[in-house]
Amino acid sequence: MVSSNIDELIDEAQGGDHRAFEELVRLTYADTYTLAYRLTGNEEDARDVVQETYLRVHKGLKKFRSDAQFSTWLHRITSNCASTFLSRRSRNTHDPLPEDPVIEDLNPQRDPEHQADIESLRSQLTDALRGLPPKLRAVVVLRDIYDLPHEAIASELGISESAAKVRLHRARKRLRQRLYPLAGEMTSVDESDKPASEGAHAV
Amino acid sequence: MLCEDVSLLLAEAVEPKVELSLPASSHLESCLRCQAELVQYKKLSRALQGLRSSLIDPAPDFLNELLDELRPLAPIHKLHQGGRRRAYIGGIAAAATAGAAGAIVIASRLSKQRLAS
Repeated sequence: MVSSNIDELIDEAQGGDHRAFEELVRLTYADTYTLAYRLTGNEEDARDVVQETYLRVHKGLKKFRSDAQFSTWLHRITSNCASTFLSRRSRNTHDPLPEDPVIEDLNPQRDPEHQADIESLRSQLTDALRGLPPKLRAVVVLRDIYDLPHEAIASELGISESAAKVRLHRARKRLRQRLYPLAGEMTSVDESDKPASEGAHAV
Repeated sequence: MLCEDVSLLLAEAVEPKVELSLPASSHLESCLRCQAELVQYKKLSRALQGLRSSLIDPAPDFLNELLDELRPLAPIHKLHQGGRRRAYIGGIAAAATAGAAGAIVIASRLSKQRLAS
């Protein structure tokens, strides 16, 4: 994805060119879907979130200033839409997903052994993220994967900045205990991964 | 400081702009367990950053469905205006062509009459 190309498409779409808007969607939808999926943990919700995201993008595109990063703006809208979905959803997100998503590597390594290690780590990490309560998962995904500032995360999730930081701390601790446990933490990891009670205690 | 106190700070210490307080730093220098915990947090942070470069593939039909849903957002009035403009231009062109053809016919008849007379 070339940024200058994106900038041109944004200019044209802001001028009312729907084809440019569609091209913008084509170039960004996979990234938007990935974030939506990571936040909702559910393909159907992720589709709805992506659709709602682009409706909002279309509505707000004229207000978008080109000095801001389009991808960051898009991520903020996606996280806001996902947050709305997560708050609406009453069922627990720890239900097993219908099927494992196919993950496409943007930077494939040539060494197969190294690649296998990376795949294994990603798989473990994805599982661990899915095991987190949605409220904790959202902050760690937005902060540690998408590098959104605390302020933006708090704003898009509708919580205070301090609450966002508390959630982030808890999320990182649980992930660290599960993936990189210290001596003596192995037994407590299983306890902390019990999903239903965790969701209830999330900030 | 105790390990428990420092442990609370380590999850935040992976942030680029966050620095540990002096008491926490001096504890960390002398405590292997807390050092190990910080290393594990850094590993986790790197692993999470690595996920940024991987995409989850949506279903193959998803893009078309999405574009279909967004198509009604296309500015219809502008399309109509564009169509009307094209019709005007086409009409003017047709009239000009008809006028030119008529002029040619009249001119050829006049020249035939002159030759006959």
